[in-house]
Amino acid sequence: MGAINSIEQLESYRRELASKVRADLPTVMVCFGTGCQANGSRLVAEAFMRVIEEQGLKVGVNLGIKTTGCHGYCENGPLVALKPQDLLYLKVKPEDVAEIVEETVKGGRVVERLVYRDKITEELVARYSEIPFYKHQHRIALRHIGTIDPTSIDDYILVGGYSGLAKALTMKPEELISEVERSGLRGRGGGGFPTGTKWRSCAAVDSDVRYVMCNGDEGDPGAFMDRSIMEGDPHSVIEGMIIGALAVGSHQGYIYVRDEYPLAVKNLTSALEAAREKGFLGPDILGSGFAFDIKISRGGGAFVCGESSALMRSVEGNVGEPRAKYIRSVERGLYNRPTVLNNVETWANVPEIILKGADWYAGMGTERSKGTKVFSLVGKVNNTGLVEVPMGITIRELVENIGGGVLGGKRFKAVQTGGPSGGCIPERLADLPIDFDSLTEAGSMMGSGGIIVMDEDTCMVDVARYFTAFLVEESCGKCTPCRDGLPRMLDLLNDITEGRGGDEHVAMLEELCDLLTWGALCGLGTSAANPVLSTIKYFREEYDAHIKERRCPAGVCKALITYSIDAEACTGCRLCAKKCPQECISGERKKPHVIDTTRCIKCGVCKDVCAYDAVRVS
Amino acid sequence: MVEVSVFDRIIERYERSEESLLAILQDFQREFHYVPEEGIRRLSEVLRVPESKIYAMGTFYKALSLTPRGRHVVKVCTGTACHLKGAPQILEALERELGVKRNGTTEDGEYTLECVNCVGACAMAPVTLVDEEYHGQTRASKVMDIIRKRTEE
Repeated sequence: MGAINSIEQLESYRRELASKVRADLPTVMVCFGTGCQANGSRLVAEAFMRVIEEQGLKVGVNLGIKTTGCHGYCENGPLVALKPQDLLYLKVKPEDVAEIVEETVKGGRVVERLVYRDKITEELVARYSEIPFYKHQHRIALRHIGTIDPTSIDDYILVGGYSGLAKALTMKPEELISEVERSGLRGRGGGGFPTGTKWRSCAAVDSDVRYVMCNGDEGDPGAFMDRSIMEGDPHSVIEGMIIGALAVGSHQGYIYVRDEYPLAVKNLTSALEAAREKGFLGPDILGSGFAFDIKISRGGGAFVCGESSALMRSVEGNVGEPRAKYIRSVERGLYNRPTVLNNVETWANVPEIILKGADWYAGMGTERSKGTKVFSLVGKVNNTGLVEVPMGITIRELVENIGGGVLGGKRFKAVQTGGPSGGCIPERLADLPIDFDSLTEAGSMMGSGGIIVMDEDTCMVDVARYFTAFLVEESCGKCTPCRDGLPRMLDLLNDITEGRGGDEHVAMLEELCDLLTWGALCGLGTSAANPVLSTIKYFREEYDAHIKERRCPAGVCKALITYSIDAEACTGCRLCAKKCPQECISGERKKPHVIDTTRCIKCGVCKDVCAYDAVRVS
Repeated sequence: MVEVSVFDRIIERYERSEESLLAILQDFQREFHYVPEEGIRRLSEVLRVPESKIYAMGTFYKALSLTPRGRHVVKVCTGTACHLKGAPQILEALERELGVKRNGTTEDGEYTLECVNCVGACAMAPVTLVDEEYHGQTRASKVMDIIRKRTEE
């Protein structure tokens, strides 16, 4: 069928699609997110097609099969979800497929060895929604991901897609803006600026051309919710942007996507084509007379292009350098025209807010941070992945209830939030509710929602050094405090981690931090002090240990540690001696080995290969 | 020396506006594994943009390289989650085994070693990419095996 020309036609098309679906049809959903594909989900999907053919089964009659976006539980991939039983199978291999078809698809029975097993209680949990990782989640931005095929617009329409747009077309722009304002939605990309306010300011500027843009340049290391949404539910972003365009009166949109996300570019491109074909984009959207279209712009691998003014310069075909903020992009943004730029997750929330209303959305979350937020829970935690929960959940609830606690039973030390603009929050503040304001108060920030869990083996000085090195590399070089201040900070941090730190080092760091905060041009520079200041504030004792005792308590900083072999634990298997690139491990077979510390380069290979945990770091 | 027509074929895919610059340069990069000087010259002529501006973009964006990269590109993800889970050790091992520093290319033109600030696969940290193929939960001692296997294929 061609273009859909009215809201009534959309509804009848949806009914027609629904009439073809059998709710009881066993359906296999293979995750095709980047993580699962890396773990081999493509081979699993091929195995399903092979088994289906071998057994003479018919897709659509005996069973349904589709590939979906990311379920967020990537470390357990490849993931296969099954309906109607609501099952989730983990770490599925091609050789498991015949059994899944026989037992589950045909017989309706559970293949127990593929279901989630609780790491502590050993209890088996087969149902998707009861797995602890999912049980506490409330999915709005991620509402369809994992259940729909992102390459099929029909799949999106079937689950209610584009009904937010249909409703928006019956509303006045002013009503759309005030609905988003009342919902309390704040920008999910980092700053937390109220979305409705942004829209209102843009609409108020007198101009014949306006732009709406989507920031998909997800640069914060440790965060990947935008990738997951663009890959797994691209139409939700497109629908959100069309509603935004209606509200502010724009006819051209842009999505800026990181070049490091090839699958997101692919799925967005095909979604835009499908949306044009169906009449959701183009000169006469759903027969309303409203015209709007979207272009994709691929990023070039520059972190600073996540900053709004730099992003716009990059889309225009320039070097992505930010400009001073006294000119706001809602007044003069892309091509100096009024522009609304929102993040991927923000846009994905918009259709649901319009459809279900501001009160529904504002009923979730905290007083000043409404709704839900997607977090990427990663680092030293048992269950890593994407989770969407109401704002206001505490750090501890997130790490312990959903994350299943710290990896390997180690001591929980801190979480890092907000990427290189954020900071580290220590375990003693873990009962802090996560929302925009309390994280900022604690010296960090929400950022795009990366929550990186750190344990006793993480050196906080090294973390500060890591982020500073990251920012040195990503600084665009335009303003002096950032270009020249950051390398000086890195020198000081290198001194500390390499055993050359003096009493004045911390004070000098603080002085440079102050200079950056007040003197830098854009957000990259003004927030660059956060990783350093927050670690000095909460982990001063670690700085002192490095400087005064020349000791790295976590055993990370190479200049301050030595490797040795525990003679009691060593079995003399010779593996470390064989793998040592310096050939500085000696010892006879079946007798304890010794590392020659004068030649050791502390590469960690011996510790890495030892099956008996006999290598010690001190 | 690359024929001008090869560049033109890529340029023709896009609208003739400055907005297309970055996309065209990325396609050059994919095609030739770097942005050749002749390509910059041709692009400057066709789009009527100063060469200096295109050169500035070539040096600014990390996805672009003005010198030829190796036949195989090995990327170590150095995002935060990967950093905590051992990316520095992996990078060092690769530097040692390949005999190049980060951003370097081996003498035989076989491998380029790069770092990438997060590929968004953090739940599988540490991640290494060999020619755009993701390898999760890698260890220093495993990565060389992956590379050898991959290049043999």
